[in-house]
Amino acid sequence: MNFVALKMLVGDRIKYLSLVAGLAFAALLVTQQASIFCGYALRTGSWIRDTRCADLWVMNDQTDFTEANDPILDTALNRVRSIAGVQWATPMYRGYLKCRLPDGTQETVRLIGLDDATLMGGPPIMVQGKLDDLRRDRAVFINADQAGSSLLLKRADPPRPLQVGDSISINDNEARVVGTYRATPEFFWEPVIYTTFTRALMIAPKERRTTTFVLVKAQPGQDISELAQRIDAMPGLKALTSDQFAALTMDYVLKKTGILVNFGLTIGLGFLIGVLVSGQTLYTFILENTRHFAALKAMGVGNLQLIRMVVLQSSVAGSVGFGIGVGGAALTGLAFASAGLAFQMPWQVPVLGAIAIGICCVIASVFGLLRVLRLEPAIVFRS
Amino acid sequence: MTSLIEDISPPTVAEDLAVYCSGVTKTYGSGSTTVPALRGIDLDVKPGELMMLVGPSGCGKTTLISCIAGILDQDDGICRVFGNDFKAMGQSEKTRLRGQLIGFVFQQFNLLPTLTAAENVAVPLLINKTPRRTAVAMGREMLARVGLGDRHTSLPKQLSGGQQQRVAIARALVHEPRMVVCDEPTSALDHETGHRVMEMLRNIAMDQGRSLVIVTHDARIFEFADRIAQMDDGQVRQVVNSPTELQH
Repeated sequence: MNFVALKMLVGDRIKYLSLVAGLAFAALLVTQQASIFCGYALRTGSWIRDTRCADLWVMNDQTDFTEANDPILDTALNRVRSIAGVQWATPMYRGYLKCRLPDGTQETVRLIGLDDATLMGGPPIMVQGKLDDLRRDRAVFINADQAGSSLLLKRADPPRPLQVGDSISINDNEARVVGTYRATPEFFWEPVIYTTFTRALMIAPKERRTTTFVLVKAQPGQDISELAQRIDAMPGLKALTSDQFAALTMDYVLKKTGILVNFGLTIGLGFLIGVLVSGQTLYTFILENTRHFAALKAMGVGNLQLIRMVVLQSSVAGSVGFGIGVGGAALTGLAFASAGLAFQMPWQVPVLGAIAIGICCVIASVFGLLRVLRLEPAIVFRS
Repeated sequence: MTSLIEDISPPTVAEDLAVYCSGVTKTYGSGSTTVPALRGIDLDVKPGELMMLVGPSGCGKTTLISCIAGILDQDDGICRVFGNDFKAMGQSEKTRLRGQLIGFVFQQFNLLPTLTAAENVAVPLLINKTPRRTAVAMGREMLARVGLGDRHTSLPKQLSGGQQQRVAIARALVHEPRMVVCDEPTSALDHETGHRVMEMLRNIAMDQGRSLVIVTHDARIFEFADRIAQMDDGQVRQVVNSPTELQH
C-alpha cells in the first residue's frame, strides 16, 4: 500500500507541490537563520582562532570577552614566565583608539600591539608586505578587506581604499601603513590595526596597566590544563585555551546582545509557518481524499495501514521539502558569502533542521490522521 | 430476543448461506433524535445468488448493505457472512476478513484518481499483501476480462462512466472474493451502459459460486436478479423471485 500512498501524494501535483513548498520554506528559514546565527556566533571568536600560536591566553580574571579591555599589571609577564612548564610568554596590547585617515575621516580602530622581539600573535595571512615590516619606523598593518570599507577614504576625490604607503593618525600619533593582511571576518566591526607592543604603548593613552594579554606557549609534554591551573592560582589572572576564550566570548555576546532571542524568534516563526502551511495542506489533501480513504477502509485497509500511509506521505513530502530547503539555505550562503554574510552550517544545523521538519510533519499528520482514523467507511455507500 | 433467534436458526444453517440476517436492527442518533433505520431484518442470500435490495430512499437499503459488508455494526440481531459474525470480531480481524471475503462496487466508482486503471484494480490485492508487480499484472488481466485490456494505463478521468464502472467491477473481483456488494452500480450510467455492466456482473462476477448483493433503484435492471428483497421503512416487505411479483 506504500505504492498507493505515494501515488496518491505525488499524483495531485498542485497539492504535492504546495506541501513540499511549505515544508521547504520552513526548512529554508530554520536552517538559513540557524546557519547565519552560527556564523555570527562563530565570528565572535575569529580573532582568537586566527591567533593560533599560543597554548594559553593569560588575562585579567574579570575579562569576559575579547573586547573587555581589562589590562593586567605589566609585572604579570615576568610572573607568568617564571611558572614551571612555560616555554615562552609574550605580551599583547589591545585597545580601542581614535584614528584619523589621510582624508580626515575619523574612525575608531582596535590597535593590537605585538611583542617587539617575536611578533607573536600577528595576522594570519599577509597580503602585502611581510611580518618583519612591522619593525620599521611607525609601521602598522591594516586589514586588506577593511581597507575598502571601514577604512575607505570617503572624502577623497574619488574615494579610495587606505593603502600601503598612506600615513594615518592614531590618537594623534602618526603611523604609516606598511602592509596589509587577511583575517577571518569578525563579529565586531571596528578595523583591526597591528603594530608592535612598544609602539602601541607610545600611541595609546598612558595607563598604569598596559598589558591586555600574555600569550603563553607550554613546554613540550606539559599538560595544558595543569599549567592553566598554576597561572589561575596567581592573583588577578586567569588562563584560558583558545577554545575556552572563544567560548567565553561567544557566551558573553549571545547573552548581552540578544541575537540569540532574535534569531530564535525567526527560527521559531519559520517552524510555525512550516507547521501551519504543511498542516493545512496535508489536512486539505486528506479532506479531499476522504471518500477514497473511506473506500480503502471499506475494502480492507486497517487503521494501522492508514497511519503508515499518511506517515509515509508526510515523510516523503518532509524529506523532499527539507532537501530543497537546506539546499536553498546553502545556496543563499554561497551566493552572499562575498557580500560578507555570516553563514556557517555545521552538521548540527541540518540535523536540528531535520528534527524541526520532522516535528512539522508529525504535527501536520496528526490532524489528518485523526480525521482518517475517525472516518466511518460506511460513508462510501452514501451518495 | 437474540438468544431466541439463535435457537430458531442453528449456526449450521447460517454457515451454509452467503448472508444470514435475523432480527437485525439499527438506529441512528440518540435521545429524542433517534432514527430507526432497520427494524428487525430477516434475510438470507445463498451462495451463487444475485440478490437485489430495492425500495424507496431512506428505507434502509444502504444501512443493511453496510451491515452485510461488515462496515457498520447492527445494534441487535444476527448478521453472518459465510458464517462469520462481523459484530463479534475485533476491528483488525473484521477489516482483514472484509478485504478477503468481499468485493465492493460503489455508486460513484471511487477509483483513486492518481492511479492507472490497472493499479486501481490491483488495490485489493495490495491490501492482501500481494507484491506490487504481481498485483498490477493481475489487475491488467482482470481488466482484459471486463473488456478494458487496452486501457490499463489510463487514468480514471480518461475513461467514460461505463468504463470506470467496469474498472470498479474488475477491482471488486480481482482478489476473488466470495461475495460482491454493489451500491447503485448503474445509477450513474445510461440505460444501455447500465445493461452492459449488469450483464458483465452476471457473467463474470457470478462464476465460482460467488454471491452478489446489489442495492438499486433502477427497475430496468431488476430482471438480472435471482431474488429481489423489497424494503420499506426499515423492514423487508417481501422477497420475490421475479420483478413482476413486486408490489407497487
